[in-house]
Amino acid sequence: MARSTEVERLSPLAPVYRAGPHGNFEDGVGVALSEPRPGSIVQLAAWPGEERRMIDAIRTVAGLALPDGAGGGVTENGRAAFGFAPGKFTVIDEKDGLAAAFAKAVTPAIGTVTDLSHGRTVIRIEGPEAEWVLAKFFAIDLSPPAFPLGAGRSTTHHDIFAQIQRSGPDRFDIHVFRSFARSFWTALCHGCEEVGYEVA
Amino acid sequence: MLITCPYCGPRDVSEFTYQGDGNRQRPAPNSQNLDAWNEYVYDRLNPAGDHNEIWQHSGGCRIHLRVVRNTLTHAVSSAVAVRGHHGGKP
Repeated sequence: MARSTEVERLSPLAPVYRAGPHGNFEDGVGVALSEPRPGSIVQLAAWPGEERRMIDAIRTVAGLALPDGAGGGVTENGRAAFGFAPGKFTVIDEKDGLAAAFAKAVTPAIGTVTDLSHGRTVIRIEGPEAEWVLAKFFAIDLSPPAFPLGAGRSTTHHDIFAQIQRSGPDRFDIHVFRSFARSFWTALCHGCEEVGYEVA
Repeated sequence: MLITCPYCGPRDVSEFTYQGDGNRQRPAPNSQNLDAWNEYVYDRLNPAGDHNEIWQHSGGCRIHLRVVRNTLTHAVSSAVAVRGHHGGKP
């Protein structure tokens, strides 16, 4: 993806992104919000029966060993991967060029590679109240036994489709469609007001 | 109402889309049996009790599911992937 390095990427959150503390932060901030802006977001889909070879390709190209099981994932050295559907995986890299690397390793016999680097916006929420805030938006079990470190979940907030990865004990990365990102960010900020939040 | 997706686990029904009666048998595309087509398009069992249905987890992993739902109680007694070979593993 040499071309993507030539394009200045603009954040859809820019008009509403206000750095600093907000809401009820007098007693401390409950969560920190930020936009990680990874260089690469790639979606991989294995044909039925080719799941194992796709997982092998993720290990070879990204150096990430996915755990077995539905929604299993891992974060390591600025890269992350998780399953979001049967045979389908999202892989993220801080740097550009991941889609081109996967295009070489994932042959047409294994599955497909879709470069979503410009199509998704990642919103990070971190802090002791992150589970509490996200529980207002998503009807899923966010507790660590049900949603372990590294795991991914596909869900929706009303009609806004979201993939969520737990990237830390109290940190979640929420992938939303770029066109919905500003709306979701605004709603998330409202949801964070009661616990106090800081925008990085 | 919760549907337990074989990949995602129990999720609220709002994440799912009803895809229709799971009892229908589509005639062969070149079939000229009008009774069979009429049955496929119009006839429904409409039972008061367990009903075979097709749902899609459209607000999640997007797989299609065969669901058995009780039309009296909304209890879901079974939800399996239409494509059987995934079985919850990636």
